[in-house]
Amino acid sequence: MKPTLLIDQEQFRLIINRLCYELVENHDDFSNTVILGIQPRGIYLAERIVDTLKNIVPKAHVDYGVLDTTFFRDDFRRREQPISANATSVPFIIENRKVILVDDVLYTGRTIRAAMDAMLAYGRPSFVELLTLVDRRFSRELPIEASYVGKAIDSIDSQRVTVEWAHLNKAKKDRVVLHTSAHNE
Amino acid sequence: MNNQLSVKHLLGIKELTTEDIQLIFKHADEFKDVINRPIKKVPTLREITIANMFFENSTRTKLSFELAEKRLSADVVNFSASGSSVSKGETLIDTVNNILAMKVDMVVMRHPNPGAHQFLSQHVNTTIINAGDGTHEHPTQALLDAYSMREKLGDLRGKKVVIVGDIKHSRVALSNIFCLQKLGAEVMVCGPSTLIPKHIEELGVKVSHHLEEALDWCDVANMLRIQLERQGSGNHVANFPSLREYSMRFGLTKAHLDRLDKKIVVMHPGPINRGVEITSDVADSEHAIILDQVENGVAVRMAVIFLLAAKIKRN
Repeated sequence: MKPTLLIDQEQFRLIINRLCYELVENHDDFSNTVILGIQPRGIYLAERIVDTLKNIVPKAHVDYGVLDTTFFRDDFRRREQPISANATSVPFIIENRKVILVDDVLYTGRTIRAAMDAMLAYGRPSFVELLTLVDRRFSRELPIEASYVGKAIDSIDSQRVTVEWAHLNKAKKDRVVLHTSAHNE
Repeated sequence: MNNQLSVKHLLGIKELTTEDIQLIFKHADEFKDVINRPIKKVPTLREITIANMFFENSTRTKLSFELAEKRLSADVVNFSASGSSVSKGETLIDTVNNILAMKVDMVVMRHPNPGAHQFLSQHVNTTIINAGDGTHEHPTQALLDAYSMREKLGDLRGKKVVIVGDIKHSRVALSNIFCLQKLGAEVMVCGPSTLIPKHIEELGVKVSHHLEEALDWCDVANMLRIQLERQGSGNHVANFPSLREYSMRFGLTKAHLDRLDKKIVVMHPGPINRGVEITSDVADSEHAIILDQVENGVAVRMAVIFLLAAKIKRN
């Protein structure tokens, strides 16, 4: 079946802008806030958010790090294909700071749980929020919800949502696509 | 890049592919980051139990493995041959099977007999990591040596490494040769002819009997320990006239390094016999990365244990 386009390039830009303004509303100049992108794919969204924030609030200095969840996951030895570790880089302490976790797609919530565990190695944040571009709602396996949502969608388990980035794909377009595998047609 | 090792056990470097080694290094990078955090521990292996079985003495390898296991949150039991039923005549297979019956998932073993791990892997059902088998292999040492070189010099392709000392009795030398060659480095061995195995050229290494010549050629000098305990009984040194003569001809001194018009990296797997294979001023100089090797040892062993544990089936 042909993939369905969920978010096209123009919508994509609008959503990123809206998410950034929502962040500015809650975090002023980001002096006590850090943004943590979740490896592997959340970092592209986090980088885009950080770049956009710099345009909106030029005087803000945003602390930005990337977090890998591999060693904290609950599905170690339970997957068919083992996952490979990625870099973690949190060059600051998050003790008593506000943390915004950023991932591209929120699905079962298990990655976010692992990310919260991984995050605690760097201190005890005053509070933690979650920003996601796509929320695959009604598919959560853990009581986790996003504080900032780009777009909420309804999907079934066999479907797959991918976020494509202009600087990484051939079409040079930012977009979000829903894939449905053939045997479900 | 593949996400998993091609092997089920780490018996030796010989069985690994270049991709395996790169995968271990990639994970070691991340684990090195972990052990430098305020909280040095990750919960990944909390459902794994590991037995460290040392049938031969060891300080740093045992400590390094134990720290690596604990930082991965594995449960650890230690076993040493002295004071165990081995002295009552129990066979290796029986000893290991008894330990496995207590639900142990992985065995880290050092054994004086070359090939003990290979043998065991065919007869018991567990994951085995070789922490040194006689004069055969010591794979994790070779991995951490290569990892430390790579950290200092970047890609090892085309780099020249000389291994100096007792090549004949050294498991570190053999594992290092395999590992460095798989990573594309050139290897030379250097030492008195009595301590260099015959036909070692068959492995594709260069041979030199002159330290100065070897130093002129190399980017890295890995100074091995003279294994007094493997040179015949007691303090009787059978392969060269005296320790003093050995150290005059093959001991690395500050004068050697000053004479070179380049900066080489000096390594030593430990424990150091100061004043024999390496003088104190060299061991403590900026050339030496001996303590980096020890730090990297924990990260590399974490990577090996993590990647092998990922292959243990759940039941």
